[in-house]
Amino acid sequence: MDSFFSSYVWPALIMIGQSLLLLVCLLVFIAFILLADRKVWANVQLRRGPNVVGPFGLFQSFADLLKFILKEPVIPAGADKIVFLLAPLVSVTLALATWAVIPLNDGWAVANINVGILYVFAISSLEVYGIIMGGWASNSKYPFLGALRSAAQMVSYEVSIGFVIVTVLLCVGSLNLTDIVYAQKTGLGTMLGLPNTFLDWHWLPLFPMFVIFFISGLAETNRPPFDLPEAESELVAGYMVEYSSAPYMMLMLGEYAAIMLICSLTTILFLGGWLPPFDFWLINWVPGIIWFLLKVIMVFFGIAMAKAIVPRYRYDQLMRLGWKVFLPLSLIMLIIVAFVLKLTGWAG
Amino acid sequence: MGLQAIFFYLFAFVAVASAFMVISAKNPVHSVLFLILVFFNSAGLFLLTGAEFLAMILLVVYIGAVAVLFLFVVMMLEIDFAEFRSGVLQYAPIGILVGLIVAAELIVVIGGSVITPEATKAITMPIPNPAVRSNTAALGDVLYTNYVYFFEIAGLVLLVAMIGAIVLTLRHRQDVKRQNIASQVARTPKTAVEVVKVKPGQGI
Repeated sequence: MDSFFSSYVWPALIMIGQSLLLLVCLLVFIAFILLADRKVWANVQLRRGPNVVGPFGLFQSFADLLKFILKEPVIPAGADKIVFLLAPLVSVTLALATWAVIPLNDGWAVANINVGILYVFAISSLEVYGIIMGGWASNSKYPFLGALRSAAQMVSYEVSIGFVIVTVLLCVGSLNLTDIVYAQKTGLGTMLGLPNTFLDWHWLPLFPMFVIFFISGLAETNRPPFDLPEAESELVAGYMVEYSSAPYMMLMLGEYAAIMLICSLTTILFLGGWLPPFDFWLINWVPGIIWFLLKVIMVFFGIAMAKAIVPRYRYDQLMRLGWKVFLPLSLIMLIIVAFVLKLTGWAG
Repeated sequence: MGLQAIFFYLFAFVAVASAFMVISAKNPVHSVLFLILVFFNSAGLFLLTGAEFLAMILLVVYIGAVAVLFLFVVMMLEIDFAEFRSGVLQYAPIGILVGLIVAAELIVVIGGSVITPEATKAITMPIPNPAVRSNTAALGDVLYTNYVYFFEIAGLVLLVAMIGAIVLTLRHRQDVKRQNIASQVARTPKTAVEVVKVKPGQGI
């Protein structure tokens, strides 16, 4: 009985505790990220943004949370009730499930699995189901159009994201997310004889892929300028039209968790994860999680600025960009990177 | 071992139950959603056998791409299922026959491996120790190093099939406005704008 406890119950309890801690921190972080998104957008447009609840409006997201929970959820009469309520659950569960393998610091991943990046890719390719199910189950025209758009859009951009990930994996030689960060300890900078700096990270040698990944990430998470599934000026709010109160909140939460995931994935693949930008005693003393969060916030600032300054793409332009520009470009880059690694023997 | 058995029966039971729901659900969209559940649980079964790479690829390819297309098509088609189902019993004999053949084959394969375990070892590739060579790397060895030409030929066959499908269905409609980005970007004020001095009361 004692061995049963120590071999099954205790590890399971530790795992559940770690997951709960990660989820709570993540949700609080998302609450502030939501506010930051609105603040950045407001400042670009010379508005103040939310500034009433708490100092500088810091508690706005929590006030919104209360409001969402206390309102009445309305389910349309013609809706497929079970699928309608399943859709927000699917989208939020999948978006949070991916975080199990993300290493926030050296050894801080809840599950440090061998095929980590594939797991992330697989789960994030399932996120489209929340949108399709929601759009279909609403039994209404705008949500259905939004769902169709999003299905085509997310499937198209996953292809180029896949190629970008493969290029990074070629340079690393492992599918483990922790190994991907370790591989960026040395790189282009150290090859030129410099000490360990931010020049070692993958963004520099793979700069075109970095740009493709960032833009495809915008499309994959339905962020502006690619927010066609919910384009409010054409489709009112797309697949979310019929949702209200808690189910709507879960769709939003899923969307923002997916955005955070793309930010942290960019950080891990291209910006060196938890590694400090300079090898200097004062900077090395700062814990890795701080660097990780700073980089994630930096990438998110880019995404928020893209929302504020770039006009929405037309649907045919979006498809053209995905299939005719990014796909050939990432394929060519993949071949070039593979050849360079093979000919120079850097692949290891 | 006990924990693995619990998860095996969980995945297997859900997979079989939802496979049954795929063919018995009234609404075709529900059928596809149950099909996705089947794929998901099969991925879980793959994980239990230690085939982590195959499990993830099953998720990416079958759920992330193929099932999305299924769902897409089924949602767009308004199938009247009452009419569709009316003559379903007349196909029952063929269905039973196919089922019996598959069952017999499964019994032969599984029974054979139970009676003579050495026979199955003789025909399969040796499985490398997962502690030394990871699942992904071992698959890569086979596909991209040992049998790279066959793999490339398989890819070419798929490419030809894809080109064929596109050639069969592609029609260039003349009555649709298209955007030519290159010609748009190449426009200069000289070619695009004509400055005309209009005298009052005359027009151009």
